[in-house]
Amino acid sequence: MGLFSARRVKRIAPGRYRIALPEPERDLLATLVPQLRELLTTDDPSLTRLFPTAYADDPERDAGYHALVRDELLERRFHSLDVLERTMAGGEVDEETLSAWMRALNDLRLVLGTRLDVSEDDDPMDIDPDDPMAPAWAIYHYLAGLQSMIIDALSQEL
Amino acid sequence: MLAPSCGGPAPAEVRQPDIDEGSELDPDTPWVAIVWNDPINLMSYVSYVFRKLFGYSQAKADELMLDVHEKGRAAVSDGNREKVELDVFRLHEHGLWATMEQM
Repeated sequence: MGLFSARRVKRIAPGRYRIALPEPERDLLATLVPQLRELLTTDDPSLTRLFPTAYADDPERDAGYHALVRDELLERRFHSLDVLERTMAGGEVDEETLSAWMRALNDLRLVLGTRLDVSEDDDPMDIDPDDPMAPAWAIYHYLAGLQSMIIDALSQEL
Repeated sequence: MLAPSCGGPAPAEVRQPDIDEGSELDPDTPWVAIVWNDPINLMSYVSYVFRKLFGYSQAKADELMLDVHEKGRAAVSDGNREKVELDVFRLHEHGLWATMEQM
């Protein structure tokens, strides 16, 4: 399929979806996924949004919460990345697989958005080509577009 | 709109008054899961997650999502501590900015 044609994600039957990404987009995801996987093994500040505070007023309880769930959150994030990587070539997938795509793309956006320090006023049509971060901005907005298509497809199921 | 800078703690200007450190609330007082506005999560995503996790109608999920977006926060579920902590965990799994507090 061409870069400018057709939806990348489509619901074809109850609980069944077809994913079809043009090659350059698959290549992009194939470089992003291992980068996030590696980042997840560090305590990089851009990961803050992936492990939020639960008890804002109670550091002690919050530490308890994190001790309880951090490994589980981490494991689920690795799993979503694995699913995305495994099914990147496209084809027919089930709801669980597409949900993993949705969460993996969101994790990528949370990390990238934190790095870019995005605000709600940032306009995808208004990327400054001289900004050294321009490519990262383009990727950030691309991921949002792809994630939107997935959300549209999954929303038809509810 | 006023978006909190991402990654930092919840913005003070939209926070409820802190619980008085000295007074222990009744442990039976219900807890509530709060979702905070952030500039990264898509509005359609936030709404979808509310429907998916809590079984809300499209209208209810959209209303809560708009509260998050416009008022800075919304209470999305309540119950005992264990239940709300699980809700918060599932919101965190989906990358939403959720905290919990006693009502």
